[in-house]
Amino acid sequence: MTTPATATSIRHEVVVEAPIEHAFSVFTKGFGSFKPPEHNMLGVDIAETVFELTEGGSVYDKGVDGSECRWARVLAYDPPNRVVISWDISPQWQIETDHAKTSEVDVRFIAETPDRTRVELEHRNIDRHGDGWEAVREGVDANDGWPLYLRRFADVVAA
Amino acid sequence: MTTDQLAAWSALGDRTRRTLFERLTERPSAVGELAKGLPVSRPAVSQHLKVLKDAGLVVGQPVGNRRIYAINPDGLSALRAELDRFWTSAMTAYKAAVEQPQKEEP
Repeated sequence: MTTPATATSIRHEVVVEAPIEHAFSVFTKGFGSFKPPEHNMLGVDIAETVFELTEGGSVYDKGVDGSECRWARVLAYDPPNRVVISWDISPQWQIETDHAKTSEVDVRFIAETPDRTRVELEHRNIDRHGDGWEAVREGVDANDGWPLYLRRFADVVAA
Repeated sequence: MTTDQLAAWSALGDRTRRTLFERLTERPSAVGELAKGLPVSRPAVSQHLKVLKDAGLVVGQPVGNRRIYAINPDGLSALRAELDRFWTSAMTAYKAAVEQPQKEEP
């Protein structure tokens, strides 16, 4: 069964009243200023989110206790027009170390006027996380016997 | 950690919802059939089904004057829904952050 292309990506678009350079800078350097705070994989509060401004860099959260969680790789860095990061977070909301099972977030900045920028975001290849349900199932099995519902669910999904 | 997990995961954290979900993996059913033998009211079952539906775990199809619920065959949809919520929230906060008046030296 093939999944329709639309099912494997998410698009968001926002127009901001700011010059393109500022829009780009806030999205990258300032990522921690708007990232939803409830999405935290550290056991402690996040002191800072660091977005390394170079291709091959990382995006990581720094905990107040000094711990770190690297949850994205910077795949493309082309200021002020485009940035692409990987999404190394599994459906169980844990770090995915197998890069083949990660999706990517492509963000483009388009100057509509000198003071207005359109930001187009596409989170694509979400299906690469596709083994997620399988992993959930195994996690459940290993985790003192949750019911069989997820196993059945996974079987139906795989059918 | 549980609060950060997939919406589907938390939707299934409730015992009644797990039971409903498990029944639906056996066969698609209407609310009335699902409510049978459960110590909860029919409106409560409908409410639980709504949570499962919002988490992308089940789908509801009108058949005649009833609605038949079945598990969502697309396991991706729950993850998509979660990521969609993440970016909706992030982009709204992003716009606010970008448009904040730039700090000027006093």
